Amino acid sequence: MGFQFQFQPVFARMDALLDGLWLTLQLAGIGILCGALLGILLAMLRGLGGRATRILVDAYVELVRNTPFLVQLLIIFFGMPSIGIRLSAEQAALSAIILNLGAYATEIVRAGIESVHRSQIEAGLSLAMTRWQVFRHVVLAPALARVWPALSSQFVLMMLSTSVCSFISVQELSAQAANVESETFRSFEVYITVTLIYLALAILLRLLLAGLGAVLFPAGSGLGRLRGQVGR
Amino acid sequence: MIRQFTQSEFLFILASARWTLLLTVMSMLLGGLLGFLVALARTSRLAPLRALAAGWIGVIQGVPVLMLLFLSYYGLALAGFDLPPLIAATVSMALYASGFLGEIWRGSIQAVPWQQWEASSALAFSRPQQYRYVILPQAMRIAIPPTVGFLVQLVKNTSIVSIIGVVELARAGNLVNNATFQPFKVFGTVAAIYFVICWPISLLARRLEGRLHARRAG
Repeated sequence: MGFQFQFQPVFARMDALLDGLWLTLQLAGIGILCGALLGILLAMLRGLGGRATRILVDAYVELVRNTPFLVQLLIIFFGMPSIGIRLSAEQAALSAIILNLGAYATEIVRAGIESVHRSQIEAGLSLAMTRWQVFRHVVLAPALARVWPALSSQFVLMMLSTSVCSFISVQELSAQAANVESETFRSFEVYITVTLIYLALAILLRLLLAGLGAVLFPAGSGLGRLRGQVGR
Repeated sequence: MIRQFTQSEFLFILASARWTLLLTVMSMLLGGLLGFLVALARTSRLAPLRALAAGWIGVIQGVPVLMLLFLSYYGLALAGFDLPPLIAATVSMALYASGFLGEIWRGSIQAVPWQQWEASSALAFSRPQQYRYVILPQAMRIAIPPTVGFLVQLVKNTSIVSIIGVVELARAGNLVNNATFQPFKVFGTVAAIYFVICWPISLLARRLEGRLHARRAG
């Protein structure tokens, strides 16, 4: 097996990879922000709204969670133009990311909201808090604090899933990797390099989210989880 | 010539689901085996083994499945194997599964109360005996719901292997769409088939979880 690894041709095209990285960061950043907001909003609606709202939200969550992100992406990218909505590949990708993450976030936040005990709400109301104040401070904040680790993992998974957007030729990191590969023919070297970039990104994002959790939720923050558990 | 989306196109897509299912089953078996070793290493008494398993889990959970696929695909070729894409696809999915199942099962093993370890060692069980007769049977019950839940992720992620030319559900949808230009119908059908596969598994996972909690509380 006389194979020689050659990374120089790959490093020579680092500019392309960095371009891709920048788009990946944008997709992930905007996607996570909007997806999380969508999730919180829908979980709220589901809790406050009537039966019909609940059924609609649940249907959306189940549909998204039980079909592949790739297929959702293809439906949006190829399907929307056929009903007259023209989307660029980037817009289609971002819509798919937000819709996908929104469903997972809804499910996670819903579980957090449901874990808040009734007596907490009654206590809040008996302190003459308004319904909105009770929801904001007694229900939502502890719910988010409790599910922050689960949300964080979902954010990291979503960031990694942006690589799937290369299927519709969005020029993010994976697509740029494919470009560099076809220029240099150093397949393995290109993908090892890009894999390490993703890994670094995932680690940084985890740290960032853990830090954010500690700032947002000082008590019972995600910081403790960062340390991880050592096997017995 | 533009073809219509007729019964034969539908049947083509439906038939390709067998590759999705086959891929899922094979990578679950292979990944389960590897994941079991990862879980054992992660809960081992030897610190280097624990660190190694933790590293493995961190890496697999920190890189896109698409990259695992490309690395398996080109890596196997580099190593001198001339294998059909289905094998590279299975290998990548198994690697992916091993990282997630390893972590799920580590949690399950550690969820068994530590008194069980103490009690069994007081009864002079050897370490393998403790695993075999005391810990694993209990860990298995805890592990079943999240494992079934992970199966849904695995089914969905097999769609990614379409990029190396394995004609499973997603790829079949792409081929039919290229011939018919009816994306809503075609990908709607593909999505529906995935849903029919995944939803019952999701419901089962949820029911198993409910039952486990009920039994614990009772």
